[in-house]
Amino acid sequence: MRLQLDPTQVARARALAASAAAPVLTLTQQHTTVSIERAVLRMAGLEGADAEGIPWVNRLADAVAEQVGLQHGIALPVWDALQAQRRADIAVGADPLRTLAQRAAAGSVEFRVPQGRAAAAATSGAVRAARAGVRRIDRQRRARERLVARYPVDHRPWIYLIVATGDIHEDVPQAQAAAREGADIIAVIRSTGQSLLDYVPEGATREGYAGTYATQENFRIMRAALDDVSKELGRYVRLTNYASGLCMPEIATLAGLERLDMMLNDSMYGILFRDINPIRTFTDQHFARQVHARAGIIINTGEDNYLTTADAVDAAHTVTVSQLLNEHFAKQAGLEDWQLGLGHAFEINPDLPDSFRLELAHALLARTLFPDAPLKWMPPTKHMTGDIFRGYLLDAFFNLAGVLTGQGILLVGMMTEAVVTPWLSDRDLALQNVRYVMNAAGRLGEDLAPADDGFIATRARHVLDEAVELLERIDDDGLLDAIADGTFGLMRRPADRGKGLEGVLPRADDYCNPVATVLAEGTAS
Amino acid sequence: MSRVIRPYGDATGDGMVQVSFTLPIPHDKRAEGAAAQLAAKMGIDPALVVHAKAMGPDFTFFVVYGRVNHLVELDKVVVLERDFPLLTPKEVNARIKKQLRRPLVVVGACIGTDAHTVGIDAILNIKGFAGEKGLEYYAGFEVHNLGAQVPVPELVEAAGRVKADAVLVSQVVTQRDAHLHNTEEMTAAFREAFPRARRPLLVVGGPRFDESMAEQLGVDRIFGRGTTPAEVASYLVHRIVGAGSA
Repeated sequence: MRLQLDPTQVARARALAASAAAPVLTLTQQHTTVSIERAVLRMAGLEGADAEGIPWVNRLADAVAEQVGLQHGIALPVWDALQAQRRADIAVGADPLRTLAQRAAAGSVEFRVPQGRAAAAATSGAVRAARAGVRRIDRQRRARERLVARYPVDHRPWIYLIVATGDIHEDVPQAQAAAREGADIIAVIRSTGQSLLDYVPEGATREGYAGTYATQENFRIMRAALDDVSKELGRYVRLTNYASGLCMPEIATLAGLERLDMMLNDSMYGILFRDINPIRTFTDQHFARQVHARAGIIINTGEDNYLTTADAVDAAHTVTVSQLLNEHFAKQAGLEDWQLGLGHAFEINPDLPDSFRLELAHALLARTLFPDAPLKWMPPTKHMTGDIFRGYLLDAFFNLAGVLTGQGILLVGMMTEAVVTPWLSDRDLALQNVRYVMNAAGRLGEDLAPADDGFIATRARHVLDEAVELLERIDDDGLLDAIADGTFGLMRRPADRGKGLEGVLPRADDYCNPVATVLAEGTAS
Repeated sequence: MSRVIRPYGDATGDGMVQVSFTLPIPHDKRAEGAAAQLAAKMGIDPALVVHAKAMGPDFTFFVVYGRVNHLVELDKVVVLERDFPLLTPKEVNARIKKQLRRPLVVVGACIGTDAHTVGIDAILNIKGFAGEKGLEYYAGFEVHNLGAQVPVPELVEAAGRVKADAVLVSQVVTQRDAHLHNTEEMTAAFREAFPRARRPLLVVGGPRFDESMAEQLGVDRIFGRGTTPAEVASYLVHRIVGAGSA
């Protein structure tokens, strides 16, 4: 099913989104953040944590920040100090960077911002280290491409299921069972509150709170488990996690290094729903998305969340606006259409007359505006009342809308939404629901086209017109002011407030980021 | 009123119920027998195992219908009845204006890591819930809705700053009893920060709260599923403005 939209109006919407995003993109180029600088260290291979569990990247970044600041980029002082460490003949073992971090944490390293030839030497050392990390990401991308070719997934939408026990060793059998039951994508929900931690926990973890910590080791364990089950099923099972919150750039880096396949990464979610400072979010995100682009990771955006706080009919156009902004920010970071899992959701009040037609109109609008993006279709949550029988019916209509409008990624709705975390039987029934709809009506969209002047097409055009009007207003007032005024999800988030603001720094004139340099050299794909 | 009733399937007194559950055994005849045994122990007799389906190699899902032999004694049912008069928005505003002679200040938030503002918004936002406008619509209330994921210290600070008469907190996430832990943390913080006489009224709400647990959690009132803005407004007037007529 496709809609006929006025191409001038579509072009106008995109041009306005680009224009509204431009000042924010400029800001991201004028700032860096503590997490971006720690991501540089992670890309260079610095892993592990001290006895208190504080990662070495935090220890080293804190020491540099205290002595010379991070506004020049962490690379200059760190690779300069590495050269001094080498000249001083200090025993470093196999990992000079870790030795430096340990010595810095003990207060026995004096950092400086190198100038002239020393700066050039530090830069070239840092670029070499960053290139080695980016090559690891390139190798993981090629490995994924090989596995996808060997174990193809030949249906759409991909079926997306969530695992969230808090214990990675409990997650593994659950994820493998979910894959055997039909999941194409496993998302490991993070522990509640991780997005507000200003460090990435270390190692395999067994104590999460309503979810499992995102750590490099947990990523590695789960990817290996899904590789096993992919081989068993002859179908590549994708792994998803969350590049959001205060450590977005670092988690994006770890995801690339450990071959995660999709990452939740929305341009405004952290601002709106985690009250993270807007400039921190946009700056972190631009870097994180550059890494995702290189790693061949599909991002999932979070427009569905707006509809859980705002009304799904009144605020339908804010979803479209956010999708257009997400698209523009993503393209500017180097992501391609096939990597844009733009989000939306089935959240219209089912008591409203024609609610299903409205849902189809909104879903088709997204499908038509972004024909080559694997749209992410999110199930009803707001109007799931505890009446599980009604919820099961609503989920069936959600599934039907998903297949009719050609959604790319379908998050499986649970009839026990708002009641319990899903039971084994809930998941089984939910998958039966999806399979029935896909089997019975999977290609029904080929037979149907909305009447050009009918309810669905008219509603879709109306939402697009409203989106253009809102974009005009945002373009006039500025995106940051629009966010401050509660335009999205009714959340008011001013640019000079929010968590993580102290970790945002204006770049100095000699700012150096070796990862950005390597990524700008061009892709290996 | 002394009455005894039984569940109703399609005739008075037939006692019919339906249940579904999963047993951790493979699906075979023995599994169906096991389901019937469980149903019998639950008081369902005769039990009809109408559906059994394997879920993977190790689990079986059942749907059971049958006649339950338990009786419900209506005079022994205990619930928390509304102990304050339900007022219209007009009455609420009039009582506040006449008796309090200043706006009644309300601070609302979702605390902890809970990002589900649907509850607090339903009560506070003008848009409201179930066709009723929220507290922001009332001239008598001064509403400060702090939104999602507000740390408890920030809530306490805001309540002090705006001299809140009442603090409304909604909690939707219940994993590992997060709603209960968060509520206890909040009440402890308010007890510490305010002398007893000046502490704002503490009200929590959410779909999974037990309304009778207010004392245990240290709050003044708990509102459960389906609470409307008018009920909350009426309660606030009842407690803060006091009794009396409009």
